[in-house]
Amino acid sequence: MAKVLIDPITRIEGHLSIEIDVQNGKVADAWSIGDMFRGFERIFVGRNPLDANQLTQRICGVCPISHGIASSKCLESAFGIKPNDNGRILRNLMLAANYLHSHLIHFYHLAALDYVDITALLKYTGGDSKINNLKAWVESEVKVKKGRIDSLTAGAPFLPRYEGNFYIKDVDTNIDAIAGYVKALEMRMKAHKMVAAIGGRSPHAIGLVAGGVTQVPTRAMIREYKKYIGELEKFINNVYMNHVIAVAKTFGDYFKIGSFTNFLSYGLFDLDNEDKKFFLQRGVAYGTKVEPFDHTKIREQVRFGRYSSGSNLYPHDGQTQAQPGKGGAYTWLKAPRYDNIPLEVGPLARVVISYLSGNESVKREVDGLLKIFNADISAVFSTLGRHAARAIEAKLIVAAMPEWIDELEVNGKPRNTFEIPNEGKGMGLVEASRGALGHWIVVKDKKIANYQAVVPTTWFCGPRGDDGVKGPVEQALIGTPISDPKNPIEAARVVRSFDPCIACAVHVVEGDKEIGTFRVC
Amino acid sequence: MSFNRRDFLKLMGGTAAAFTFPSVLLQGCKKALEKAADRTAVIWLQGQSCSGCSVSLLNKIEPNIATVITEFISLNFHQTVMGGTGDAAISVLEDAVEKNRKDFVLILEGSIPTKSAEYCTIGEVNGRRVGVSEWVTKLSANAKAIVAVGTCATYGGVPAAEPRDGSGNPTGAVSLSQFVKGKTVLNIPGCPPHPDWIVGTLLHVLLKGMPERDEYNRPLLYYGKTVHEQCERLSDYKAGRFAKHWGDEGCLYNLGCLGMDSCCDIPVRKWVGGNNSCTGCGGGCIGCTEDVFPDYGKRGIFKHLTAQRAKFIKPEHRVPVYNLRNGGVING
Repeated sequence: MAKVLIDPITRIEGHLSIEIDVQNGKVADAWSIGDMFRGFERIFVGRNPLDANQLTQRICGVCPISHGIASSKCLESAFGIKPNDNGRILRNLMLAANYLHSHLIHFYHLAALDYVDITALLKYTGGDSKINNLKAWVESEVKVKKGRIDSLTAGAPFLPRYEGNFYIKDVDTNIDAIAGYVKALEMRMKAHKMVAAIGGRSPHAIGLVAGGVTQVPTRAMIREYKKYIGELEKFINNVYMNHVIAVAKTFGDYFKIGSFTNFLSYGLFDLDNEDKKFFLQRGVAYGTKVEPFDHTKIREQVRFGRYSSGSNLYPHDGQTQAQPGKGGAYTWLKAPRYDNIPLEVGPLARVVISYLSGNESVKREVDGLLKIFNADISAVFSTLGRHAARAIEAKLIVAAMPEWIDELEVNGKPRNTFEIPNEGKGMGLVEASRGALGHWIVVKDKKIANYQAVVPTTWFCGPRGDDGVKGPVEQALIGTPISDPKNPIEAARVVRSFDPCIACAVHVVEGDKEIGTFRVC
Repeated sequence: MSFNRRDFLKLMGGTAAAFTFPSVLLQGCKKALEKAADRTAVIWLQGQSCSGCSVSLLNKIEPNIATVITEFISLNFHQTVMGGTGDAAISVLEDAVEKNRKDFVLILEGSIPTKSAEYCTIGEVNGRRVGVSEWVTKLSANAKAIVAVGTCATYGGVPAAEPRDGSGNPTGAVSLSQFVKGKTVLNIPGCPPHPDWIVGTLLHVLLKGMPERDEYNRPLLYYGKTVHEQCERLSDYKAGRFAKHWGDEGCLYNLGCLGMDSCCDIPVRKWVGGNNSCTGCGGGCIGCTEDVFPDYGKRGIFKHLTAQRAKFIKPEHRVPVYNLRNGGVING
């Protein structure tokens, strides 16, 4: 009936818009559109390989640590070295803390306003002074700005918003979630204190280098890191998890909406220095069937991306050039495919693959949540499944942190040393909070001859493939009921559950040189 | 909103010592809250950015970010945090343009592509995608102050870097001051900038007017000294103790640390209210507050990792930054 363009999709990282075709109150077709392009990889060529540790973090300010680690692993494989134990564990601790920041910010500050009614503050009658201050703030905003030139922005940045009968109605639930929003700001900041304790700063850590990290695990550093674990664990287990359950109880439909069933994970947190043993498992899942991962099946297709080059190429064989205004193309994202199949990456992919691979703690958490909703495993392939998977990850990660700290050699060396070879090729795979992230490098004359990054959001927000098959977000949107095409909040809920990060997804320009082939492990 | 001088200096984060910000409005009465509705409006646009500056802003402590946006500013547009999506979000920008509003501060995070507007668009108006460049042109015409947050908006940063093959920058990315020629742009560089610099500078503008600035239009309060002269490892430098590898003790000069050529107060301010900094963690300064980042005259961030110090100190390897000309502190 109506084509609806949602531009911009806010409360995500970066510039994304979604076009949907609404027929009989449901999404009949969808297009995912990446709206920004920088061309990072061409900028990397000719530089010192070590610059990659810093420059690749600028691909994304929300999960720079994963880029820093992917580039470190990539350089290590090109230099022919491994990290030492301290280096690997300190990296895991940084990445883990950044995961907590990222998952909390996603649920509370990016996704929650699709469900929570901020205006419920006006109906608050309790005695909490912080809530009453917020209430007074909203009241004064509305009163003072009424009829003024700035009336539209009374209550900014929370208003204006989509208006309709689709927010949580229970006042207490709303108030509780708003209190969670405010508290989570502090919690995610504390997670960043933990990142900075090791990485020097956050975002964009300084101390990630080939061979390990630069920060020696002194007692003072460990004390600073440990200080916040208890507080975060309490918040995640008692508040975050309960809020996810509360949203799921109110919006049960979303166990069926936004469904996608094919997944990829490179494996989260290295438990050895050989890239073989992981905290959450590596693999590919089609529904409930899991297979080992084989990197040679990865291709990137650009029929519908604004690039002028050949398509369906293994990432480092590309010859891609940007082509603004390319006919038929509608996005700056490419379409990655595995065995010609679009795959979802991210928390749900990791949790599903770990569950199917027999990971006991993941199984316990997933089964526990399914029992609450009297649901079977098919319920996890959904919008709510993605939110739940994030909460489960946060719970397992915060519980694992103290064990990893105990494995550190206090005051021991944080890294192995290296010499930059004249020539070398490397590949680094890591799981960013948003999903599978791979970096590839070719070194010639001690300089970067080519650098590639295939990032999570291209996997799930990418366009149709060369065969016209839609990307994961586009497929997941099909069938989503839209109650009011002028306020299509339901579509926004589905898209946001993936946690898109567009700065990451649209940086890719491939050089015109063939890189050669790599082997995983 | 009135402050005595001491409170104001604390608010600016002018001292490195920890302090508790007296939350004026939370302690205050209803009248103060009504006044809060007169907070200065802020429109925060993102160009070619990674959102790192926004994430850094969320790390603001004392006053925390919730206090900042409910008491000090009215954050009318910010894609990462705003409730509205699609048309509801764009209505805020259209409203500001249509009504010729002059009551807001325009902030840009990220650079602006000039080769094609399609390289970065925000929303659609009357069936046409609108480039960030067009929004900046329209909004900067009336804004009461224009602020560049972060190194991309200040100088161009990584998106504006030059490929070494001479093919030119892929998107023609430029900084805010290069784009809005002839207007004063207050610059808060850093990749990312410390949240104290962002909020402190903004509050200075709102409460006391423009802060004192250097030749790059950076507030001297935060960018007035080099990293080197405030460095935790300055005594190592003076004593001639130099680290050979990352993770060693000693001055990081031979590892390519750019602290002598870069201005900011991170070694004393520290990141996220903790005890660590770029130099503290043993990595070193990467010069991200300077206009040469990340090109350094083709020097590379860590180019001199394996170089001998005598070699490194040659003038052609040094980044020409104004501090050195102004009797800087190269000899510590």
